[in-house]
Amino acid sequence: MTTLTVPPAVRVTGVRHRFGDTIAVDGVDFDVASGMVFGLLGPNGAGKTTTLRMITTLLPAPPGTIEVFGLDVARHKLAVRRLIGYVPQRLSADGALTGWENVALFARLYDVPRTRRRQVVDSALESVGLADVAGRTASTYSGGMIRRLELAQALVNAPRLLMLDEPTIGLDPIARTSVWERILEVRADTGMTVLVTTHYMDEADQYCDRIALMHRGRIRAMGTPAELKASVDPDATLDDVFRAITGDELRSSPGERMRDVRATRRTAHRLG
Amino acid sequence: MSEQLAVPLTGWGRPTPLSLLRLVVSRITTMSLVEVQKLRHDRTELFTRAIQPALWLIIFGETFTRLRAIPTGHIPYIDYLAPGIIAQSALFIAIFYGIQVIWERDAGVLAKLMVTPTPRIALVTGKAFAASIRALIQALVVLILAALLGVALTDNPIKLLGMAALVSLGSCFFCCLSITIAGLALTHDRLMGIGQAITMPLFFGSSALYPINLMPGWLRAFNLVNPLGYEVDGLRGLLIGTPAQLGLDFGVLALASVFMISVASALLVRLAR
Repeated sequence: MTTLTVPPAVRVTGVRHRFGDTIAVDGVDFDVASGMVFGLLGPNGAGKTTTLRMITTLLPAPPGTIEVFGLDVARHKLAVRRLIGYVPQRLSADGALTGWENVALFARLYDVPRTRRRQVVDSALESVGLADVAGRTASTYSGGMIRRLELAQALVNAPRLLMLDEPTIGLDPIARTSVWERILEVRADTGMTVLVTTHYMDEADQYCDRIALMHRGRIRAMGTPAELKASVDPDATLDDVFRAITGDELRSSPGERMRDVRATRRTAHRLG
Repeated sequence: MSEQLAVPLTGWGRPTPLSLLRLVVSRITTMSLVEVQKLRHDRTELFTRAIQPALWLIIFGETFTRLRAIPTGHIPYIDYLAPGIIAQSALFIAIFYGIQVIWERDAGVLAKLMVTPTPRIALVTGKAFAASIRALIQALVVLILAALLGVALTDNPIKLLGMAALVSLGSCFFCCLSITIAGLALTHDRLMGIGQAITMPLFFGSSALYPINLMPGWLRAFNLVNPLGYEVDGLRGLLIGTPAQLGLDFGVLALASVFMISVASALLVRLAR
C-alpha cells in the first residue's frame, strides 16, 4: 500500500544567512503544518524578518533548504510566489492610488481573471471594512485602515500561505484585534496557513497554534504556547519563557541593524 | 470572501519562454496602467515639470535665436533647439526614476511587488514605460509650445510616431540607468548626488544645444558613446528634417535600452534586500 505524505506548508532546514560579517540567521530548522497559525517571535535582530524574507524569495536561499508546499523556493520562485500573500512590516500601500486601485493592482499581478476581477476586489475590500472608502486615495487612510488595505491586497489571490511581518506593530488594541479577527476568519473559511512574526507575546499566546522563539539568529524554543509556558513554570507567561531562554538579556542582538530599527519606528510613527 | 486557495498553474514551476514573454507583457501593461492612474490623481506634476523645458525653449531658445551666436546653418536656432529640449526633458524625468524606486523600497512597496509572481524584468520595464509616458506628455507640451513659437515641425504622422518611439527608447534607457545606479547607491542622497553629477555632462555632451562640429575633439568622442546624442540626432532628423542616421540612432538606443533593462533587473534584487 502506498502512503501519500502531504508536504508541510513550510519546511525550513538548516537555513543560514549573513549580511556582511553579521550572521542574521544561524542554522534554523522548522516545519509549519498546513492550516496552522505559526508565530516567529523574538526581539529586533533575532532573525525572524530575514527568515521570513528568505521564505518569500526576497532573499536568496540555497537549494533544498526552504520548501513551500513541497516547492523548493530556490528553484521555483514564481510558483512559490503564486501561493503566498505577504504583508511587510512597513506600511506599503501606495498612497498615490485609491484603495480600490491598490487591491486591483494585486488582483492583476496574481492573474485574477478579468471577468471576476471587479467582484474579487470589491469583495476583498468589503471583507476588511473598506468598501465605503475604496474610492479615496490611500494617503488619506489612517494607519489601521492601511493595514487592513494591505491585508485585502495580500488576500486577493486567496493565498495558501499568508506571511505577515509584524502586522500589528503600532496599532491600537482595537485595530490589532480587528486585523487578527480578519486573518482568523479567512483561515476558518479557506484553511490557509499563516506565518507571522511579532514582538507581542500576548498576541502570539492568543492567536498562534505553534511558536518558534528566535534569538540571535537561532530558534531557542519551539512548541505550542501552552507547552512553552509549562516548560518554565505552570503559571508562566510567554514573557517569562522569553526571559528564561534569553537570560533576560536587554542588549541588542548583533543582527539588529539601524535600518531595521528605523523602519520599525517609522512604521509605528505612521500608524500613530 | 470565501475563495478556493491558490494552486500553481501548470508550467509555473518551469515557465516556457512563451509563457514568460506573455507574463512579462501582461505585467508591463499592469505597471504602466498604475502609472497612468497615479498621473490621473495628481496632474500638478505634469504642469510643474513642463515649466523647465518651456523656459529653455522660450528664454534660451528665443534669446540665442536673436543673438545668432550658435551657427546652425539655414535653420533658425529655436528650430534646432526644440528637438534637443524634448530629449532633455525626457532625460531629466527618467534620470531620477531611481529615487522613486528607492522610495518604494523604503515604503515596503517594492518588496511586496517582488513577492508577487512578477519577473524583475517586468517591474523594471514597467517603470521604464512609466517614464516614457511622462516623457511623451512632456514632448507633447514642447511640441505645442514650439509650434506656437513658429518652429517648422513636421506634421507627418509616421515621423511623429518615430519621434514617440525615440523618446520612449531614450526614457527607457535613462530610467533603467537610474534604477541601476539606485541598485548600486542604495540611498536617496547618494543617488541624487550621482544623478546630478551625470545629468549635465550627458546633456552638454550631446548635440542638444549646439552642433557636433562646434564641440572640442574630446567632447565629440564622448558624444559618440552618449545615448542622448543619438536620441537628439534622431529627433532632429524626424522633426525638422536635418540629416540624421535614423537606423543607427534607433539601433543604438534599442540595444542600449535592452542592455540597461537587463542590468537594472539584476540590480533590483539588491534594493529589495
